[in-house]
Amino acid sequence: MQQPALFEYVLRIADDSLILGQRLGEWCGHGPILEEDIAMTNIALDLIGQSISLYDFAAELEGTGKNHDQLAYLRYENEYKNILLVEQPNGDFAMTILRQFFFDAFRLPFYEALMQSPVAQLAAVAAKSVKETRYHLKHTSEWVIRMGDGTDESHQRAQSAIDHLWRYTNELFYENEVDQTLQAEGKVPALSAIRTQWLSTVTNVLSEATLQIPTNDWKFDGGREGRHSEHMGYILSDLQYMQRAYPNMEW
Amino acid sequence: MTQAEKERRFQEKIDKEIKIEPNDWMPDEYRQTLVRQISQHAHSEIVGMLPEGNWITRAPNLRRKAVLLAKVQDEAGHGLYLYSAVETLGTSREQTIDDLHSGKAKYSSIFNYPALTWADIGAIGWLVDGAAIMNQVALCRTSYGPYARAMVKICKEESFHQRQGYESLMKLCSGTPQQKAMAQDAMNRFWWPALMMFGPSDAASTHSDQSIKWKIKRFTNDELRQSFVDATVEQAQILGLTIPDPNLKWNEERGHYDFSEINWDEFWQVVKGNGPCNKERLAARVKAKEEGMWVREAATAFAKKRAMKQSA
Amino acid sequence: MSTNEWPLWEVFIRSKQGLNHKHVGSLRAPDATLALENARDVYTRRSEGISIWVVESAHIHATDIDEADAFFEPSDTKIYRHPTFYEVPDGVKHM
Repeated sequence: MQQPALFEYVLRIADDSLILGQRLGEWCGHGPILEEDIAMTNIALDLIGQSISLYDFAAELEGTGKNHDQLAYLRYENEYKNILLVEQPNGDFAMTILRQFFFDAFRLPFYEALMQSPVAQLAAVAAKSVKETRYHLKHTSEWVIRMGDGTDESHQRAQSAIDHLWRYTNELFYENEVDQTLQAEGKVPALSAIRTQWLSTVTNVLSEATLQIPTNDWKFDGGREGRHSEHMGYILSDLQYMQRAYPNMEW
Repeated sequence: MTQAEKERRFQEKIDKEIKIEPNDWMPDEYRQTLVRQISQHAHSEIVGMLPEGNWITRAPNLRRKAVLLAKVQDEAGHGLYLYSAVETLGTSREQTIDDLHSGKAKYSSIFNYPALTWADIGAIGWLVDGAAIMNQVALCRTSYGPYARAMVKICKEESFHQRQGYESLMKLCSGTPQQKAMAQDAMNRFWWPALMMFGPSDAASTHSDQSIKWKIKRFTNDELRQSFVDATVEQAQILGLTIPDPNLKWNEERGHYDFSEINWDEFWQVVKGNGPCNKERLAARVKAKEEGMWVREAATAFAKKRAMKQSA
Repeated sequence: MSTNEWPLWEVFIRSKQGLNHKHVGSLRAPDATLALENARDVYTRRSEGISIWVVESAHIHATDIDEADAFFEPSDTKIYRHPTFYEVPDGVKHM
């Protein structure tokens, strides 16, 4: 492999998109109202679409003739590099929306920065995805505000979702030698600057929603290193079922 | 104007192919028939999301996953268009949905059958959507304007649904023997329920005559069922699948395929709630509504607060 | 029963620059912002539009069907409002 750091980096973005898209897909047919069922599916479709472009690029970098499906479906659990946030269960609508909101608030400035990358394929995926993400963030922000400033019950549900998910948000900005290598080459943005933008979005929206940022700063990570939560195995059981049960067939 | 005069003028319009619009005078029974038929159709779209939705997380590759998501999403859209058409007749969506949940309203019996394998997703697209489209194309010319317009939009969007199902089965049928067997098994399980989708035979159908006269329906159940069989036989041959009916054969004299009598006992049992998945399907819809209640309330409360702030 | 049903909205879409917004259907939404977003997701999944209007259905005023004759028939007889009412010799151009 020519550029192992870049390969790993692309997989991270792809895995985040795929696993979150997979989670959102679970809602299809079960949403709180038809209009929102359709909206969540749209977000899922955007994320799966992003993952396809990214796996294509990763396969190209790997150079062993694999296609995007082989990368998406045929790795072992510790080879998936998504963050823990995206694999968390859907829970109630508040949990799903807050998970999505924390993610979108990161993804928008991240893609905006990635559009400047000299790696043409990355810049191209970022340019296409940035528009999708801008809409996702708008939609999830609207819902965070409505839940936070809606009824007592919705406020409480939104606040518990925040309290639960907060511990997974630090990992959005996780960096290791992969980032150091690529940042030194000027290929990818530093996540510290993106953290500032993320925090500002989160603070503004939560404040309009009359919701609190938790004071407990205990944080989890591990996903970027391939150490996942117990949920991941179940996600992969579903995701990989057909490919594992019927190996080497085309569908 | 007397009632009889109103009814005569109404029928005159229908006979001249002039569409009936929401505020026009219409016989109560016409309205009731429409509400029953359109809401049943809407419920079928929504309940129909469930068997296929089960396979979204297990779709065998990313392209199929995206296609399935988009297809099931379309069904939500179609349900929504149809609930909107019912609203124009003075019945709110919530009322319509409550009728489904209480068991008063029906939906297509096909969705009470389980989707057991990936091939079932192909079979649902090909056979179930194929049968639905046969019905829906005819309904694009139905006499009630909002229903006809919803059907035109639905038909336009559905055209990919049947094709993706057929394409998916094509892949299985040209794949390994195991895949081909999976496809045949799906065909065996879905063929008869697909034929049942057209409803009871004309002789047993209680609503048909009046619906045809009012041009709510343009063809009878048996006519549509026959068209479906005629269209499907060759499609099955191209796939190399066998239709599970020993009596299926071309009748030169009629210009149609003959086929066996449907198992009407099974049909009525499933309609009455005794199909393999009736309880699960309804329970899933009731759960979605109940668990979504606080979400809908929150948005309503928020809208009220904002409106108060603005007027203050 | 319908205690918390969201209001009904009518959706109008401009399919491309230069055309009017056209009624495409309706949906339920708690407020205008979400009505627009829902309209985007429900009615423009296949690139059907570049601009959306939503109007709460309760705010639409319509002509009364019973008064349709009085409203619309009088104009039927005023055929002099249409260009074909007037005869112009064959050779006259640009008219």
